Amino acid sequence: MSKTFARLSGLTVGYDADGQTGAALEAVDLEIVPGERLAIIGESGSGKSTLALTLAGLLPDNARVTGHIAWPAYGEAPLAGRDYGFVFQDAGASLNPVLSVGEQIAEVAQRHLGMGWHEAYGRARHLLERVRIPQPDAALHTYPHQLSGGQRQRVCIASAIAARPKLLIADEPTSALDMVVQAEIVALLEELVREDGMTLLFVTHDIALASGFADRIAVFRAGRLVEAGPTAEVLSRPRDAYTASLIASHIDLATPPLVAEDAA
Amino acid sequence: MSVLSRLLRSPEGAIGLALLSLLALMAIFAGVIFPDDPLSIVGPALVQPFTDASLPFGTDRLGRDVLAELVHGTRASLAVGIAAAVVALVIGSLVGTLAGFAGGLVDEALMRVVDAFQIVPSFLLALAFVSVAGASLPVVVLAIALGAWTAPARLARAEVLSIRERDYVAAARVIGMHPLEIALREVLPNALGPVLALSSVIVASSVLIEAALSFLGLSDPNIVTWGSMIAEGRNVLRSAPFLSIFPGIALMLTVLGVYLFSEGLAEALAKRRARA
Amino acid sequence: MLLIVIAGTFFLLEAAPGDAVDAYLLSIGGGDPALVQSLRESYGLDQSVFARLWLYVTALFRLDLGWSVVFGRPILDVILERLPNTLWLMGSAVALSFGLGSALGIVSGARPGSATDRALSIGSLALYAVPSFWLGLVFSVVFAVQLRWFPTSGIETIASGKEGFARALDIAWHLVLPVAALGFIYLALFLRMMRAGMAEAWRQDFALAARAKGLRRHRIVVRHIARNALLPLVTMLGLQAATMLGGSVVIESVFAIPGFGRLAQEAVAGRDAPLLTGIIVVSAVLVILVNLAVDIAYGLLDPRVGAAEVPT
Ligand SMILES: Nc1ncnc2c1ncn2[C@@H]1O[C@H](COP(=O)(O)OP(=O)(O)OP(=O)(O)O)[C@@H](O)[C@H]1O
Ligand SMILES: [Mg+2]
Repeated sequence: MSKTFARLSGLTVGYDADGQTGAALEAVDLEIVPGERLAIIGESGSGKSTLALTLAGLLPDNARVTGHIAWPAYGEAPLAGRDYGFVFQDAGASLNPVLSVGEQIAEVAQRHLGMGWHEAYGRARHLLERVRIPQPDAALHTYPHQLSGGQRQRVCIASAIAARPKLLIADEPTSALDMVVQAEIVALLEELVREDGMTLLFVTHDIALASGFADRIAVFRAGRLVEAGPTAEVLSRPRDAYTASLIASHIDLATPPLVAEDAA
Repeated sequence: MSVLSRLLRSPEGAIGLALLSLLALMAIFAGVIFPDDPLSIVGPALVQPFTDASLPFGTDRLGRDVLAELVHGTRASLAVGIAAAVVALVIGSLVGTLAGFAGGLVDEALMRVVDAFQIVPSFLLALAFVSVAGASLPVVVLAIALGAWTAPARLARAEVLSIRERDYVAAARVIGMHPLEIALREVLPNALGPVLALSSVIVASSVLIEAALSFLGLSDPNIVTWGSMIAEGRNVLRSAPFLSIFPGIALMLTVLGVYLFSEGLAEALAKRRARA
Repeated sequence: MLLIVIAGTFFLLEAAPGDAVDAYLLSIGGGDPALVQSLRESYGLDQSVFARLWLYVTALFRLDLGWSVVFGRPILDVILERLPNTLWLMGSAVALSFGLGSALGIVSGARPGSATDRALSIGSLALYAVPSFWLGLVFSVVFAVQLRWFPTSGIETIASGKEGFARALDIAWHLVLPVAALGFIYLALFLRMMRAGMAEAWRQDFALAARAKGLRRHRIVVRHIARNALLPLVTMLGLQAATMLGGSVVIESVFAIPGFGRLAQEAVAGRDAPLLTGIIVVSAVLVILVNLAVDIAYGLLDPRVGAAEVPT
């Protein structure tokens, strides 16, 4: 394995809306290391999702991309589903309401692993077990509306890793869930990533959540990469005032908000 | 930007508006362009179209000017279409508003009536109604409205149900307005928007039902309608198909105009809302 | 779920005939005295409207629709004799319009804004604006009179002595043009609805998720997008059942098909009020049956439909 999984250089993304183009990402340089768990942190609108979608090649038609992404790990442009899996924030909306859970996982295995449908359903069953859905045999034939929010996200994770991708991109996979479920999902992701040796790109606005398991943290603000570095380093010696304010507002709730305003 | 200029910028809206304006002008000035009774005989029978400059669209079996008939037929089509839609919308919005506002048993009863009307094919209903009440323009209008008022009624009711819990209605209730007064003065005007959006669909289908009725001979025999022209032309379909084809094209352009116009309008309104 | 459907349908059934008869009697009230007379004769009554209504409804439960003045036979017999022709016409037209309409809608909605999409969109709008009876006439001029590919009228060749399969083929042959005329109009409707439904589905998160899975375009379009867009179409089928039945009246007249719609016209011409009433009642029952079938189909297509969501 090479030392770099993916390299973003001068990545700029803008959206055309009503004739104007506003930049959602500006001149971002970032490296992703193989096997690492990289957390992308930033407030709402800072361009986190744009970054995730750009990596996955899922930007809408009105997006304008300049700059370059290199994929030394693959040698060529990676293929969605096979080379990377994507987990969305809203599991309820990203599952197709009229297709069974089993089909939505099996179709990935069928497409990318050269499996027949029967075999693919077998893999789907196995994956449901791995993401700890109770009674996986029965769960294959359920529909998304019959599951809880946490279970839906587990199904989404199962379908994202169905083709054994090397990279898992998760865009705020826990923001729509309550605290307890949130912790369970994070633990599950951590476990899956460790067992399969995947690289994880974890998008979140919650620095406390990220600090719990990420190897490295990249902080974004208004489309710019503010800083990136090993979690411990960033947390203990933030180089940027904005990062410091983020940490302050989370770790020490008593910190007066004046700090944040001074920084800005 | 005004809704009109938005409307004109979309191709659908512009074409629709142009078609409808042309038809409206034809309907209004039919008496000026062709002052004579379109049912009067002006020349030899079955003159082929585009052969005689004074009779550009030829003549029918009885030697009547096809172009004059077509122009006068616009009147019947548009008048019936619009009048039926207005009647259906008025009845529908009133019933729907009442049902939505009254709730309970009244609502239940009214909606069962709506159900019943919806499972009877409206064309059969119109057919029965006209055959019983006699073929005249007002009867045809009523007959068509009879089958068309249920959709606006449902829509109005749904709209009222969603609106009636909002603040200003509660406020009106607090200052002691009578429920019916609230219904008519506060709720109805607010529910009107979506109901009006239905109107183009109703106008279009009314024009088509009117044509079908008069095609079956259920229209005022003293008024030229496109449907009756098609039926009349049918007798000489083999030798003079144009007699049936021209009024059919006129019908199609009318309905198309209504659809295009409403599509353009919906788009223009949606854009305005998006801006606001 | 089934219980509510049955209860709802039963209630509709209850309301429908009463209403149709009611409306009919009411409109007669101000109408032609001769008609009132004929109505009285056919019912053999001089009682109040309500009493007659009661009698009619009770007779209805014994499947007795009364006596046809024009045909001099029980109305039910006359209707049952004509019904199959109409059912064939309508069934084929529905199959044509729904099948081809949704298929073209998928083609159109697969790539919104493409040249194919635009062409289909404009074409379907124009088709939608055409009166079906006129389309029928144009078809018969072109394909029957000029090209002589199909017969101009009737449901089968008279006195051909054909039996079995040959007869079925003959009937199918006669039905091609009327089915095409009736079906094409609704084809446009279904095409437009399918297209709109697919455009809506493309905007949903699950469409993006399907792309993120790297599925083949074909599978995304058919399995994920079209599958969802099909649902409102099925609902529409139920809503349009009544309209289609009405449309077949005119088409049957154009092609001289001895069906249910043609019967309605004959009832009107012969001022046969009980027959017309019977026709309306039977058509309402038909519409209810179609809607029942649609509800069942919807339940099969949409896993989310539970007891609470079934439209009655
Ligand atoms: N499809 C789009 N069209 C136009 N502008 C967009 C689009 N998607 C995002 N943007 C804009 O790009 C900027 C960055 O958005 P992005 O979704 O990447 O932020 P985010 O960090 O993921 O925020 P959140 O935490 O709310 O998810 C925002 O200003 C947003 O308004
Ligand atoms: Mg986001």
